[in-house]
Amino acid sequence: MSIASNGLLENRMKYKLVLDHITKTFGALKANDEVSLHARKGSVHAILGENGAGKSTLMNVLYGLYRPDKGCIVLNGREVRIENPGIALDLGIGMVHQNFMLVGRFTAIENTILGTKIKGIHLSLREPRKRLLELSDSFGFEIDLDQPVWKLPVGMQQRVEILKLLYHNVDILILDEPTSVLTPNETQQFFDVILKLKATGKTILLITHKLGEVMTVSDYVTVMRDGRVITEMATSEATTQALARLMIGRDVLFDVTPEQATHGENVLEVKGLCAVNDRGLPALDNVSFEVKAGEILGIAGVDGNGQTELAETIVGLRSLSAGKILVDQVDYTHVSVSERRHRARIGYVPEDRQRRGLALDHTVAQNMMLSSYNKPPFARRGMLHLKEIRHQAEILVRRYDVRLHDVGQPVRELSGGNQQKLIIARELRENLKILIAAQPTKGLDVGAIEFVQNTIVEQRAKGTAVVYISTELEHLLAVCDYISVIFRGHLTPKMSLGETTSEKIGLLMSGGG
Amino acid sequence: MLNLIRFVYMFKSVWAVLAALLIGSVFISIGGSNPLAAYGALFHGAFFEYFGLASTLVKMCPLILTALAFTVPLRCGQFNIGAEGQMYIGALFATTVALYLPKFPSVIHIVLCTVAGAMGGALWVLLPAILKAYYQLNELIITLLMNYVAIDLVSYFVSGPMLEPGAPYPYSREIPESLFLPYILPNTDAHMGVLIAVVLAILLYVVFKRTSLGFSFITVGRNPDAARFAGMPVQGLMVNSFLISGALAGLGGAFEVLGLKYRLFHLFSPGYGFDGIVVAFLGGANFLFIILAAMFLAGLKSGANIMQRAVGVETTAVEAIQGLVIIFVAASLAFRFDRSHWAHILSVRKMIQKKRTEDKQEKDS
Repeated sequence: MSIASNGLLENRMKYKLVLDHITKTFGALKANDEVSLHARKGSVHAILGENGAGKSTLMNVLYGLYRPDKGCIVLNGREVRIENPGIALDLGIGMVHQNFMLVGRFTAIENTILGTKIKGIHLSLREPRKRLLELSDSFGFEIDLDQPVWKLPVGMQQRVEILKLLYHNVDILILDEPTSVLTPNETQQFFDVILKLKATGKTILLITHKLGEVMTVSDYVTVMRDGRVITEMATSEATTQALARLMIGRDVLFDVTPEQATHGENVLEVKGLCAVNDRGLPALDNVSFEVKAGEILGIAGVDGNGQTELAETIVGLRSLSAGKILVDQVDYTHVSVSERRHRARIGYVPEDRQRRGLALDHTVAQNMMLSSYNKPPFARRGMLHLKEIRHQAEILVRRYDVRLHDVGQPVRELSGGNQQKLIIARELRENLKILIAAQPTKGLDVGAIEFVQNTIVEQRAKGTAVVYISTELEHLLAVCDYISVIFRGHLTPKMSLGETTSEKIGLLMSGGG
Repeated sequence: MLNLIRFVYMFKSVWAVLAALLIGSVFISIGGSNPLAAYGALFHGAFFEYFGLASTLVKMCPLILTALAFTVPLRCGQFNIGAEGQMYIGALFATTVALYLPKFPSVIHIVLCTVAGAMGGALWVLLPAILKAYYQLNELIITLLMNYVAIDLVSYFVSGPMLEPGAPYPYSREIPESLFLPYILPNTDAHMGVLIAVVLAILLYVVFKRTSLGFSFITVGRNPDAARFAGMPVQGLMVNSFLISGALAGLGGAFEVLGLKYRLFHLFSPGYGFDGIVVAFLGGANFLFIILAAMFLAGLKSGANIMQRAVGVETTAVEAIQGLVIIFVAASLAFRFDRSHWAHILSVRKMIQKKRTEDKQEKDS
């Protein structure tokens, strides 16, 4: 049953918070179109939708980061104007962002009092500490308040963020994709925290695209698609299937493993790989694996366990401290990036597509020839062949159905999904021997994810050895032949899908098992 | 319509200059002169009088070269604001080769001097280039500070080891007449250097537009991570962009000696190295527009005297205008063409117009 109201005053009084017909446009895009939401006191209200459905825009309106074009916000039955996050905080609305806003070298206490007004010149931590300890104990947070927060595990950092809001007497908490950085175990503990918060009468707005989460912890759910509210209902009346259909607008089947591909020889062999991260700390510890032609090896793991370093070491962007990389039994351990690309024929879909994969101010055509800038047919004897560059780009753009005005357009103007398509189009050259795809579905909507998954499977059929790194276990399970789990730089031996379960993998991802 | 707006944005330097001239005309009016007459005299003198034009061309040469010297690393994401110092070292090297090398046939000797000048400039930027590319030290500060070292170094040489005996103030001996650069306008100072500068500008334009090397420079400038991933030798390219830059500035110094002064003076440059930065921005970091920008700024400088003689406006007024040009050009950098922004505004306007005509039709019927 829908509880969407007509916004009458008496109706408004029932709710802790009402967002009434919020509209917000950016350029030609209607990010929010007449969006209404009704949240009750002491409840968990999930806002479910795909990437780009308008969830974050809506929350940023509520948090005072954006001014809505139309519509109003009603708090405790009274219309309020929220011009900036400071006002939101004064009104008791707080937000935990997807990327935490903590100062790494400060302790939890210091992070908490950051930005509060201090009377006089003496900074006393005694009073804040007492209150924080009380709060922390009452919710069973078990945070070490005196550690610099960078030393805390991600789950704990998230609690510091929540604690910060509680300290400021917030009673509406906006949580933006809170579980995306957590291990399965941490997620479970996080749900417990949410329930405790709810029990003390806090209102929780949970932004998510994960159906399971909605079903587990939420009381009400608002489903958004394309900037509009599709429905608002009590979670008890919903089913996972129904929500999925509402969220996506059609039935989705991640059914892309048609046949087991034929496996050939070992194409990529990695032996005893060790490497350090950007801060000089060990990131990879004795990692070994091999991938055959026509095989997809999935590497699962929570973000930040060495995946980035692994991909970069294989393609030659990061130097290794020990180990060997062999392609077709030939040693490529100390060979330049461009040699690996062109001679070993390694393709790489980087995790951070805007930083690594594309030069955003270059045109589409220029980006398409980026890694062959001094090779035929794009260049001869050092001179660029501008017509050919354009022509080739147009072919690829058409083949991969990239939406744009003109290949002379800067890539910056394209959407994230189309940018990813460009990279894939460029990297999947003829006779590609090895494909390293690092989080290729990150931040993409379902349509684009399906495209990426299908392309990877097609590539397997052509006999490419694929290493598919992802934090999304479901995506891996859909296409991979084997899965390994990476945790704190250790890689488990590869398991075929038959001999493992997602529970077991989940356990390995959190360091257990 | 969008393209029209893009066009307006493209010429933002022109609008900046016009704004500077407009405000400048207020100053001239306060000074009691007719601004139109003053500007008329200035530009007529700078571009349409024989000697005025010659003097404009003379000043254009170092301005183009230092502007190119600033722009090449800029397109590669690097800042070299040490063109002034590199010019001085270039001049020092060129003079040394001119004065102390045994006599060669004059053409060969001129080429040797020129090459020495370019090498001197490149040498002077080598240290900051390496420190930046391999040790991530800030090139801006190092190149800036090395200017003063270079200027003092030249002052030391011309007041000590290279000082012409009996000279009233620090300058070197005159270089042999066979090494003077050929004139392009008879009976004036206008020398070949400016032609070479223009050719180099055009050459660089082609390199950056049509070659793999230029493309890799630009890629490093726009996204060094993507460049490394594309297999480009990022650090080498950075260093090379500095070396080309230093060579260009050094060439500017060499031409000042070989084409104009025929000796090495201490403090010979009135800040061409820094003016080059203004020219580069005025020309929108486009190698072809830099030629025009240099012509404008050189004209402003050489026309100032003519204007003073003709209408009695102090040359300081021109300095003020130059300052205004800098301010407005700097301000114009804040405006970037935003396609989606303008597309939105246009679509809203179209909607309103449509609504209006509809309303009108309704009213009519």
